[in-house]
Amino acid sequence: MNYSPAVIWLVILALGAGTFLIRWSFLGAIGGRGVPVWAERLLRYTAVAVLPALIAPMVLWPVANGGRPDPVRLAAAAATVAVGLATRNTLAGIVAGGAALALGTWLY
Amino acid sequence: MHASPRTAAAPTGDAAADPARAETPRQAFRRGMVQAAPFLLVLIPFGLLFGVVAQAAGLRIAETMGFSILVLAGASQFTAVELMSHDAPVLLVIASALAINLRMAMYSASLVPIIGAARPWERALAAFVLTDQTYATAIQNHERHPRLAIGQRLAHFWGASLVICPPWMVFTYVGATAGNFVPADWPLDFAVPITFLSMIAPMLRTWAQVAAAAVAVALALALAGMPNGTGLLIAGPAGMAAGAAVEAWGERRAARAALVAQARR
Repeated sequence: MNYSPAVIWLVILALGAGTFLIRWSFLGAIGGRGVPVWAERLLRYTAVAVLPALIAPMVLWPVANGGRPDPVRLAAAAATVAVGLATRNTLAGIVAGGAALALGTWLY
Repeated sequence: MHASPRTAAAPTGDAAADPARAETPRQAFRRGMVQAAPFLLVLIPFGLLFGVVAQAAGLRIAETMGFSILVLAGASQFTAVELMSHDAPVLLVIASALAINLRMAMYSASLVPIIGAARPWERALAAFVLTDQTYATAIQNHERHPRLAIGQRLAHFWGASLVICPPWMVFTYVGATAGNFVPADWPLDFAVPITFLSMIAPMLRTWAQVAAAAVAVALALALAGMPNGTGLLIAGPAGMAAGAAVEAWGERRAARAALVAQARR
């Protein structure tokens, strides 16, 4: 790395400020004025759309496996979802997924 | 529209239906801490790893900590350091890392109906600690307890943030100074999908929610080749539109059925 300390700090401060503005955007600017009903309807689905979309490539093409599907990781993901859906309990899902991952790693 | 009082209302019949509505801010804060605790499975190993990677790339301790304290966004930090280790142009480093964080604008919008009624400085602080993990915890809390007072929602959010943000900074420091003590052959990369899947799966209760997740996942996989996670900026809104469309369709159908039932009477 051949940057001067000033340039490195410029990157850190620019990323810090830019990231804060992204996070603040709607929450900060709209705040308590609320959003129209149609927007609220859309926003109800933000978490169930964005979070699964964020992790889907990690499940299917894990970098730690060279970007190829890994049966052990797929089984762990399936166990997490199945137990999470059946029990509606987050911790139970994590335990099931972790157990499947540990067992699969130990076996293969 | 957002007339919810800042403090919990006196316990009424509603509080009996949802005990969380009778919580003091301190109890809500503690519940937020407990609810966010599983994410330590992710924050500790990845915090350590960021410290190690940043040192290997040639950053000083203060600079490494600058990233984890001021930027506080894991995926973008890794990308920035990776690009910097190859002496990429500064503007490319900044643009790539910010592109990865653009998804948080969607989180920010989604939190408006939930904690938008907070004071300006509280919203600014909430924005600073808004991460995938604090967001997921806040949404899970809102799904389970939709009628909390704004003070209770905020207290819960601060509790979750305390468990999620300082450990990221602390373990970055540990990784940067002491190195990584997590065995390399542990598949800890998969702690990220497992913790999120375990939170999302219980949220899929309606067809609208399933449609939102299915459409977003399909598009995210199709657009995985787009740079710096920008495919997510298409996949996310498309999934949200699918969910809203299914919800609206269900409402229209229910309204029609009610009309028909009324006409028969």
